[in-house]
Amino acid sequence: MDKEIAISVKELTKKFGDFTAVDRINLQVKKGEIFGFLGANGAGKTTAMRMLCGLSYPTSGSGTVAGYDIFRQAEEIKRHIGYMSQKFSLYEQLTVWENLNLFATIYGMPAKKIKEKAGEAFRTLGMEDMRNVLVREIPLGWKQKLAFTAATLHSPDIVFLDEPTGGVDPATRRRFWEMIYRASSEGMTVFVTTHYLDEAEYCSRVSIMADGRIKALDSPAALKRLYRAATMDEVFRTVAKGATRE
Amino acid sequence: MNATTLKILLRKEVSLMRRNPIIPRLIIAMPVLVMLVIPLVATLDVKDVNVAVVDNDRTELSRRIIADMDASEYLSVTGCHFSYEEALRQIENGEADAIVTVPKDCLKKLANGEKPGLDLKANGVNATKGTLGARYAALSMAGTLSRWQAEQGISPALPGPDTLNLYNPTLNFRNYMIPALMVVLLIIICGFLPTLNLVSEKETGTIEAMNVTPVGRFEFVLSKLIPYWAAGILVVTVGMLIGWAVYGLAPEGNVANIYIATVLFSLVMSGLGVFIANRSATLLQSIFMTFAFIVIFQLMGGLFTPIASMPRWAQCITYAIPPRYFIEIMRSVYLKGAGIGDLWTQYAALSGFAALLCAVAAATYRKRA
Repeated sequence: MDKEIAISVKELTKKFGDFTAVDRINLQVKKGEIFGFLGANGAGKTTAMRMLCGLSYPTSGSGTVAGYDIFRQAEEIKRHIGYMSQKFSLYEQLTVWENLNLFATIYGMPAKKIKEKAGEAFRTLGMEDMRNVLVREIPLGWKQKLAFTAATLHSPDIVFLDEPTGGVDPATRRRFWEMIYRASSEGMTVFVTTHYLDEAEYCSRVSIMADGRIKALDSPAALKRLYRAATMDEVFRTVAKGATRE
Repeated sequence: MNATTLKILLRKEVSLMRRNPIIPRLIIAMPVLVMLVIPLVATLDVKDVNVAVVDNDRTELSRRIIADMDASEYLSVTGCHFSYEEALRQIENGEADAIVTVPKDCLKKLANGEKPGLDLKANGVNATKGTLGARYAALSMAGTLSRWQAEQGISPALPGPDTLNLYNPTLNFRNYMIPALMVVLLIIICGFLPTLNLVSEKETGTIEAMNVTPVGRFEFVLSKLIPYWAAGILVVTVGMLIGWAVYGLAPEGNVANIYIATVLFSLVMSGLGVFIANRSATLLQSIFMTFAFIVIFQLMGGLFTPIASMPRWAQCITYAIPPRYFIEIMRSVYLKGAGIGDLWTQYAALSGFAALLCAVAAATYRKRA
């Protein structure tokens, strides 16, 4: 396996009965890349991502994540990734610190290191005074930053972000992307789905899914050249035009 | 087994439970209320059976039969009639539960050493009250007759067998119910709460955040079970304290035997609860499924209806119902002072169910769909 490859899948398929949610997709994500995984609602993005994270069994195909087989080594994969779901999923009735401590401890971080890293994260985010506040009491934008921190505190090889910026204002989204860049500059591979096509411009490479298949995959600049489009938005419209599933 | 992971998961469960506005209060309030109210209400002791008497004899003896009955603690004579129809009307109006007919020539027959042929009819609508009331009335009449015969120096009638109720000398229904009520509480608290807890994690999506971490299945399932074993022990302790302080009923046997059975039974119920949760996608599904089990457990576990009086096929089914063993243990330890030696089959059965259901709970918990 190529040392420079973080994620590699071949002909990955997921069927629910007669319905093929993900249809023979192929892709490779390089280490340290910010990979944008685009597609309309129902295109199969979340299903594909859940297979990569070991939350869902693929129906067929093959692949590795962080060097581990997605069929047989799901628990190994989980040690080396972080995941932030679109359904915001920290414990609302636990405090900010309790959530971070819980997840970091499960990832096997020693207590001292958790304190150190969490303290650092609180300072960077300006969240020091929110340490002991229950998560349900903090605003959505902060929750998303916190969920990202919880998914990356253990310095995983790859972090999966499923629509991490849904429902917040452009300024908050921008600050969130600054966090993504920071993580990426530290060597973390970022695999992110989004509906905001301006965000696609921030990615090293993007793929566009429609009807369970990957219809296009390249860097934003190359895709714009290919489809003779000025923005990723136009690229997306062109690629997703024929889609039957919405 | 990773002890650090289990510890942090348990700490999470405790924090979440502490901040829950209802659950911790329920764990204390429910046993207190149930133990204070239900033993007073759910009684099968029959008192105040109303008897209508048809006196066709109208002698000193018949008046004495009536007076003795009225004096009894359990019976009260609501009317003396001269015809059966009048007495029946009282039953129909709900004023009487049984009719006693003293035949004509009762006194004469008895004096000749013949059977007087007293007649007794009970209202079977309330079966318990009817049968027990009829029994009380018959006993009262037999007492009066034999006393009268003795006074008259007539060949004293054969004394009937005396009944002595072992272990529960006053046949107090409460003594029978109190140990079983703790079983009901455990069925509900240890069966329902882990299910609700786990399924609500599914609904909020936090379980997915857990499943995508390398958390071990056993650690995670154990973190869902352990708090409810503790709750089970707490519930039984509260129950025993109330039983002793309010009803003066303390276990005849060793309290440790009760706790051992409690832990085993909590394992059974919480294991079942986690299994149900694993199979349910929504709270609604899990609640219905849990209800189905709880109803069967309560009605077929020997709680209200003695298992011995069920039809044979139903008795066979009860062997598959774990509360049956716990109820037997609780009643035997409480009332008879039995020990593990006497009840080893019940303890073995509970242990078997506990091992089975916990294994099933852990096996059906999937981190991957």
